Amino acid sequence: MSFPLLTATAALPALGAVATAAVPAARRTAAKWLALVVSLATLALAITVLIRFDPGGDRYQLTESHAWIADFGVRYELGVDGIAVALLALTALLIPFIILAGWNDADPLETGSRRWRPTQGFFALILAVEAMVVISFEATDVFLFYIFFEAMLIPMYFLIGGFGDRAHEHGEAAASTQRSYAAVKFLLYNLVGGLIMLAAVIGLYVVAGNFSLQEIAQARANGSLHMVTGTERWLFLGFFFAFAVKAPLWPLHTWLPNAMQESTAPVAVLITAVVDKVGTFAMLRFCLQLFPEASKWATPVILVLALISIVYGALLAVGQRDIKRLVAYASISHFGFIVMGIFAMTSQGQSGATLYMVNHGISTAALMLVAGFLISRRGSRLIADYGGVQKVAPVLAGTFLIGGLATLSLPGLAPFVSEFLVLVGTFTRYPVIGVIATFGIVLAALYTLVLYQRTMTGPVKPEVSAMPDLRVRELVVVGPLIVLLILLGVYPKPVTDIVDPAVRQTMSDVHTTDPKPEVEAAK
Amino acid sequence: MDNLIALLIAAPLLGAAVLLVGGRRLDAVGHWIGTLLSTTSFVLGLVLFAGLLGKDAENRTLTQHLWTWIPVGGFQADVTFRLDQLSMTFVLLITGVGSLIHLYSVGYMEHDERRRRFFGYLNLFLAAMLLLVLADNYLLLYVGWEGVGLASYLLIGFWQHKPSAATAAKKAFLVNRVGDMGLSIAIMLMFTTFGSFAFGPVLSHTGDTSEGRLTAIGLMLLLAACGKSAQVPLQSWLGDAMEGPTPVSALIHAATMVTAGVYLIVRSGAIFNAAPDAQLAVTVVGAVTLIFGAIVGCAKDDIKKALAGSTMSQIGYMVLAAGLGPIGYVFAIMHLVTHGFFKAGLFLGAGSVMHGMNDEVDMRKYGALRTYMPITFVTFGLGYLAIIGFPFLSGFYSKDAIIEAAFAKGGTQGWILGGVALLGAAITAFYMTRVMLMTFFGEKRWQPDAQGHEPHPHESPKTMTIPMIVLAVGSVFAGFFFHLGDRFLHWLEPVTGHSEGDSPIGATTITGATLVCLVVGVGIAWARYGRKPVPVVAPRGSLLTRAARRDLLQDDFNHVVLVRGGEHLTRSLVYVDHTLVDGVVNGTAAGVGGLSGRLRRVQNGFARSYAVSMFGGAALLVAATLLMRAV
Repeated sequence: MSFPLLTATAALPALGAVATAAVPAARRTAAKWLALVVSLATLALAITVLIRFDPGGDRYQLTESHAWIADFGVRYELGVDGIAVALLALTALLIPFIILAGWNDADPLETGSRRWRPTQGFFALILAVEAMVVISFEATDVFLFYIFFEAMLIPMYFLIGGFGDRAHEHGEAAASTQRSYAAVKFLLYNLVGGLIMLAAVIGLYVVAGNFSLQEIAQARANGSLHMVTGTERWLFLGFFFAFAVKAPLWPLHTWLPNAMQESTAPVAVLITAVVDKVGTFAMLRFCLQLFPEASKWATPVILVLALISIVYGALLAVGQRDIKRLVAYASISHFGFIVMGIFAMTSQGQSGATLYMVNHGISTAALMLVAGFLISRRGSRLIADYGGVQKVAPVLAGTFLIGGLATLSLPGLAPFVSEFLVLVGTFTRYPVIGVIATFGIVLAALYTLVLYQRTMTGPVKPEVSAMPDLRVRELVVVGPLIVLLILLGVYPKPVTDIVDPAVRQTMSDVHTTDPKPEVEAAK
Repeated sequence: MDNLIALLIAAPLLGAAVLLVGGRRLDAVGHWIGTLLSTTSFVLGLVLFAGLLGKDAENRTLTQHLWTWIPVGGFQADVTFRLDQLSMTFVLLITGVGSLIHLYSVGYMEHDERRRRFFGYLNLFLAAMLLLVLADNYLLLYVGWEGVGLASYLLIGFWQHKPSAATAAKKAFLVNRVGDMGLSIAIMLMFTTFGSFAFGPVLSHTGDTSEGRLTAIGLMLLLAACGKSAQVPLQSWLGDAMEGPTPVSALIHAATMVTAGVYLIVRSGAIFNAAPDAQLAVTVVGAVTLIFGAIVGCAKDDIKKALAGSTMSQIGYMVLAAGLGPIGYVFAIMHLVTHGFFKAGLFLGAGSVMHGMNDEVDMRKYGALRTYMPITFVTFGLGYLAIIGFPFLSGFYSKDAIIEAAFAKGGTQGWILGGVALLGAAITAFYMTRVMLMTFFGEKRWQPDAQGHEPHPHESPKTMTIPMIVLAVGSVFAGFFFHLGDRFLHWLEPVTGHSEGDSPIGATTITGATLVCLVVGVGIAWARYGRKPVPVVAPRGSLLTRAARRDLLQDDFNHVVLVRGGEHLTRSLVYVDHTLVDGVVNGTAAGVGGLSGRLRRVQNGFARSYAVSMFGGAALLVAATLLMRAV
């Protein structure tokens, strides 16, 4: 038997989490280094997965399969397709940056703090989330997926509720109340989604008799497993609801601004760039494969919801006064693009959506982490508290601008490629929706440039006049992210090559082909 | 030789990267690095030009494929460059004028502590602009298109400690993004129609699809062109863009970037030729902007804003010509090139005046400067004569050709367009004479600036005057050179095509009429600003003047409808999101699962009740599964 690479990629951060938590209270720095090393080792494993994965080979590769709860047909089944590999790599890539960016975020506020070993806990929880996200991407058993899809709520809950920004305009007591409100809201929204999905998971088992994604999808494809139209639709809705909460899709989005606003910037990145991706990923993997007909049935409604998310999220971002809330609403707009790309049911749309997940992860990380550096210097999240930062901290302002330009999908940077693919993929089948979604590119420029103008330009506010520029650790965080944004903007082929075959298979699962152009002008 | 094309772009791109990443240690030499790399690109352009001239007129298209950019299903975008006569013309204009303006900026920005960064942005602009004109498909063109938008944003807002500059920069980017929507949609339409958006496949298959589709594509391209080229109704950003340093106004907002819309239309000629309705829209936009810009130019007292109005108006001429189809393509580009010379020269002259006048821009506080700045006066004067179409100078040939082409459109349309173009010539003569008289003639009207410094007008240093002299030479001779033996026509015709049209009136008559318009315009300006002293405080002016000072109220419209309306919309949405959406979803959840009670309990510290529900869920699952198996 070959080395269980996929298991190792998830087990390593899990063990790392335990080890980090066990570091004695006095050795705080050692815990940080341990977490960083573990996350880098996980990245190395993920890169190995990436290298071992053959885009032209079988659909699911590096598979592992063991009986687990034989009585209920639950198996420990792992396997990755191109889409999963891309997201696995993204996750493993972002975690070291998240850890490094949050290096000082969980230091005890003062001696005698009531918190129990917060530093160790912070980094252990991040690694725990990584482990669960990784296994969610790898699981090809619906039950296995469900367990970790739900379980990751626990560490996320503690990360949101336990670790806020170091300074807060209304004092620590108010911050604590708001934090726990945000954490509970996050929990309840996702929990409700999860419970509804649970019902659908049970229903699926009733219909199919097992939990294996591959077996069920195959049986669906060759017709040996027939589902009554009504049943398929209800099951689809059960799954979709949970994923739409996590993604999040309008109108189930309101937990995200609270959660991102109250958590530290690295945790906000963890939520939107990593954890939320499980939602959109699962739409592609589970909704489309298990319930192809119901997916097509629901497409018009979902596209409209996605379109509302795009425009509504962007408009709300324009109206925000809080930097982190602004980024959160921008993300809601971007998730609208991702969902739109998935359900446009074209290869450009779905490849674009997958690429979008990767690029959004990187660009949001760049923007949000620099925003976090900014906020930590001034102790305020309010846009109005800044002004003229460009003059005193040009490198910080420059990286913030690049993060912003990526967010508004400037051509030449990675998000442009994915956003344009989603738009074109939608347009070929639904021209009106595609055209309306294009308004999103104007609104994105509006919220990004207004944010930049208000914080970075103009006369220097006295409160920011002594603000130091980016430190070495912070440069190490944003530098590579910016390089990646440029690289994937001019040469996205390595990612599309991996993603494309998987998308073609998904397209054939739902029995769809791309619309033909009117004139075959390309030879 | 094909392999040199990429180097045209690579040189300034390298410059931008080195200057922007290099940091303070390059402050001492940064401006020379930038100028050197810009000049390198120009020299490469000359080498390639010589190479093209050595080939037959029909074989002057070179392509260079670098890599496959986005390969997804049937969607193929390549990084491929195309150098033909049209893009070659632009390459020489961009790198030539660009290098001169780099040189000029060495002096102009000498006392700015962020000069290195300025040159980094200028290099970035050159790279993006070259990408725009060298791209072999519309998506790659889009990268250059937004790249120049970014450079423009950075340079307009270069003095970003001034809130007005930061606002102007943002406005320019936003208005351009509206245009970019047009380009996006045009590319999507091309993809669904032709399965491609590369120039070759799209432009050679326009006959295989319906006119309706081509009209839609054409109108979307026109929207894009309106944004980038400041044409009505997306012109409002250009006046504000004058907040940028003057070399930027000369290079980006006069000579090169703002002409990108004309390039786009001429490049897409095959589409417009087959879509007469779209062509008509193009001519209408051009004609309206031609008059709009000219009127605004008459009313501004800020020398740069008067010139900005003029730029809009002159690009209006080019767009009008481009809308005429094969009758006008060549002349649109010819005017674009001559305009590049004289308008860049005029802006550099304005910069030189400001340099000597404590950065004063109000022409009412100039006067009599001809004796203090003789070189500036002469070079500016030659640019002035060129733009008003003084016989045998550059503008005379290129503008006259457009007016003739407008009449040659034929029918009522021809008469209307030709008449508008003639009227524009008269107004041009008026407002440019006004600028000339108010700046260089009459009484001294200088005043101390806010800090009480008395201006001491003086001639600018050599790095600034040499580019002005070179551009003045171009303003004088370029038109005649192009016109001689229809050189420019023969050069571009293989790419753009050409037809003569049929003019209802003879060329000589039109030239005569143009000259009459010129004399009338100059005469009125002389009567108002030459014979009588210019008041230092602007008179109240007629209703039209007052409206024109406010850009014909278009900004007020934007402000009330878009800015205020948008603010109300977003504010109410924030409220709705907070109360309604959040409330309803929370409320539903509460109703369904009694969650509000749980919410309260959890908030009171019973956080671990979550764990219970998790286990409850899992237990439920196991129980249900067991039950199912039993059944």
